[in-house]
Amino acid sequence: MQQKHYFLKTCLFAGFAFFYIPILSMIVFSFNKSRLATVWGGFSTEWYWKLFANKQVINAAILSLEIALVSATIATILGTMAGIALARFRRFRGRTVFSGFVTAPLIMPEVITGISMLMLFILMGQYIGWPGKRGFTTVTIAHITFSLTFVTTIVQSRLSSMDISIEEAAMDLGSKPWQVLKDVTLPIIAPAIMSGWLLAFTISLDDVVITNFTTGPGATTLPILIWSKVKLGVTPDINALASIVIVIVGICVGIAGILMNRAEKRRERDIHLATAANE
Amino acid sequence: MNELAHSSALSRWFNGNGWRQVIIATPYLWLFVFFFIPFLIIVWISLGKTAPTSPPFAFKPEFPWIYLEGYGRLFTDTLYVRAYFVSVYNAFIATFFCLLIGYPMALGLTRVSRSWRSFLLILVILPFWTSFLLRVYAWMGLMGSNSWFNKGLTGIWNTVAPQSWELTSIPMMNSNFAVILVMVYTYLPFMILPLYANLEKLDNSLNEAAMDLGSRPSQVFRDVTLPLSVPGIIAGGLLVFIPASGELVIPSLVGNAYDPMIGRVISDEFSSARDWPMAATVAVALLLLLVVPMMAYTHFEAKAQAGRENG
Repeated sequence: MQQKHYFLKTCLFAGFAFFYIPILSMIVFSFNKSRLATVWGGFSTEWYWKLFANKQVINAAILSLEIALVSATIATILGTMAGIALARFRRFRGRTVFSGFVTAPLIMPEVITGISMLMLFILMGQYIGWPGKRGFTTVTIAHITFSLTFVTTIVQSRLSSMDISIEEAAMDLGSKPWQVLKDVTLPIIAPAIMSGWLLAFTISLDDVVITNFTTGPGATTLPILIWSKVKLGVTPDINALASIVIVIVGICVGIAGILMNRAEKRRERDIHLATAANE
Repeated sequence: MNELAHSSALSRWFNGNGWRQVIIATPYLWLFVFFFIPFLIIVWISLGKTAPTSPPFAFKPEFPWIYLEGYGRLFTDTLYVRAYFVSVYNAFIATFFCLLIGYPMALGLTRVSRSWRSFLLILVILPFWTSFLLRVYAWMGLMGSNSWFNKGLTGIWNTVAPQSWELTSIPMMNSNFAVILVMVYTYLPFMILPLYANLEKLDNSLNEAAMDLGSRPSQVFRDVTLPLSVPGIIAGGLLVFIPASGELVIPSLVGNAYDPMIGRVISDEFSSARDWPMAATVAVALLLLLVVPMMAYTHFEAKAQAGRENG
């Protein structure tokens, strides 16, 4: 029995129009000649050239990438540790508190995370002399703290769905727990760790609120630069910048999606072959 | 020689239980210092009073050493009462509309062919990965009084509405309507994704059985699909409601000062008024507002996690 689902398909179509019309409109208007950002005045690419010549924008983009690289990497290491601890160590002292620490930052309003970290940094600076000034280090620490819990969630759920008998088999064959972790568990959860890293990277690259509180003079990330400009209104050069960011993200997500699809298909085929060989 | 013995003792410890302790303690310590202590600081400062010192707060010199004036002001000062009310109202309306738009989309996603489905899912996730700020910004362009979107809507309004109500443009920017609209837009993927994950797992044969027994499609939806998707609705609803009620960026960019949201009040108290204790008090109030939805979310997540482990 196959129904046509006209209503649902119309809803899908309308929903995607709602998603993409604002973004497409912004991309179209980034090629606008007119200085008025929302009135069409002919085709031009001048805003893009102005953007590439703008040192402030380029520096902010580089700083954002640096912070995202460092914070995503450390967050992935810490988050994977936490994920393993929660999924594999059933009992240890303070486990309940620990799992609370891991879920709370996920749902804590960003304003509160931002302000509370800023207060911590100011008080630490005052009483123990570190950090002396806010900037790269403080922003990176803040980003690690709230993105590591995303990594933990991903790694933990991958570990729970993984077949634990593989680990037990390695143990029975005489591997030490540490070797099992290194040679069996980590390779299996590697895709989850990769997607955790990507998520942490994107979150860091995108963050406005927490960065706004924990950054200091001289450390302007790209979202903070956009934030300070956007507050003054819509301008064609921000349209151009936004279009570049969106096209780059679109290409990356598209490639990641295709790769994940392919990996999934290969895995299904391997499982299929393995079961066929067993019979 | 000595160093070798030392390192072998270290590796012996590590191969024993040490690696386990390292794995637990490192993230634990990190979150304790950079998440839990800041949280305690907020609660601690909320019990102080602003003072012309550095850091700008002080405590009562005699017993009971704390001030509760800040918490009193939460109930007496209309700014805070209003912010509280507006935040809950906006978050609730935004959640409602996300559900209204997201549910048919998620259901539609489960009804298209497999090859289309992965493509459309990427289309849902794409805005979710695209800069949040830029998505807000895209709407600022659309809502401005000179934009094609606003002009089009004004044109429709002027043909439909009576002559005396004619407008030159629809005042959308800097209104509470704009805040809700942009919140729906930015949080919609948070609603669609958990709903889709839930609806996808439903057994289609239940629908077919109900159909075979003579139910009309609307009855099947009401009696089978909808009740079974309640966990997805709750998860999606909480994922929208929680961040929406603490939202700072959207009300700052497209909202107005008469309808403050609590996130903006916290930020203003802190940055403009430099009143740390009051900012901390409002933050604690926001947490109290969210404690029930947050605990509900943690509870459902734990349950889902347990389900994944057993299933």
